[in-house]
Amino acid sequence: MPKLLFENGVRLIHPYMPKESPSVLSQGVVAPDFALSSGPGQSVTLRELRGKPIVLVFYPADWSPVCGDQLALYNEVLPEFHRHNAQLVAISVDGVWCHRAYAESRKLRFTLLSDFEPKGAVARAYGAYRPIDGTTERALFVIDEQGLIYWSYLSPVGVNPGADGILEALESLSKRRVA
Amino acid sequence: MTTGQSRVARLVLPVGERDHIQGPPDAQATLVEYGDYECPFCGQAYPIIKAVQARLGRRLRFVFRNFPLTEMHPHALKAAMAAEAAGAQGQFWPMHDLLYENQDALDERSLARYAESLRLDVERFRSELRAETYASRVHEDFMSGVRSGVNGTPTMFVNGVRHDGPWDAESLTAALTVAAHTKAS
Repeated sequence: MPKLLFENGVRLIHPYMPKESPSVLSQGVVAPDFALSSGPGQSVTLRELRGKPIVLVFYPADWSPVCGDQLALYNEVLPEFHRHNAQLVAISVDGVWCHRAYAESRKLRFTLLSDFEPKGAVARAYGAYRPIDGTTERALFVIDEQGLIYWSYLSPVGVNPGADGILEALESLSKRRVA
Repeated sequence: MTTGQSRVARLVLPVGERDHIQGPPDAQATLVEYGDYECPFCGQAYPIIKAVQARLGRRLRFVFRNFPLTEMHPHALKAAMAAEAAGAQGQFWPMHDLLYENQDALDERSLARYAESLRLDVERFRSELRAETYASRVHEDFMSGVRSGVNGTPTMFVNGVRHDGPWDAESLTAALTVAAHTKAS
């Protein structure tokens, strides 16, 4: 029987299931459109966000400590994202009420979307679903003004990827616009 | 622009003149901490770093940079500016220590009390806090952290590379010792 590996209580390797999504969508691919709940009775589509760069953050769960740090960090770095005219949206499989309580508790100033039903469908479309845990991966996407993926990154699920990669991508995108 | 699959986070702003440094400039190991004075985890790291410094002695150089998470910690930014204001009067480290030893009292009145106990020019200290004289310096620290891959507080860098492992005294000492040997060889 192969051994199960745990880190911070998270199962890393399971003998019968893929360890993680094979790969997230990469540069040049059209970002799949979606319509997801942003709150009770409200929804957001990717199409309506188009025209500005979009930072799309998939994170495994509300309330988990690593995510907490990750989204708290993005909350602080938000003015830098805005300087590049970019909007930030974060997606997990948690429901709208859970998102609302979480966003209020952490004073988040950006939108959380619920990939709740059918569960993880949008994450799957981006190659960012984690079947072993039934959650989204910890994956980052920068989508350009035309709706194409400009940069993406799949982080080990237990490692907060920080904001440096996103900022580099946004800077590069701004330069491209000027050129 | 390529899609990244793995990244090693490195310090983009080298340790230099602008930094608050403890330990000799030619130490074999350098530990840089990005911290927030109101963050409980940074509070836990504070005595650990003291212990690691005691163990490694002059083989270690320690640098502290500000990374206040202002939305989560309402006093963090003022506290960071207070440490910088004390630094402008040559008392950065004593203030840094007082702040971590009194994390539950970081309101302005307490900050002024700490300034008094360090025999600072309290009028100057207060007026610099009010004028937010050191806000841009704190922001500079913060952004250098963001660009270096700081992903929460505390984030530590061992000889310029982000330390993703545990930071109990044993683990941190071990990581710094390895880094010191690598540098020496």
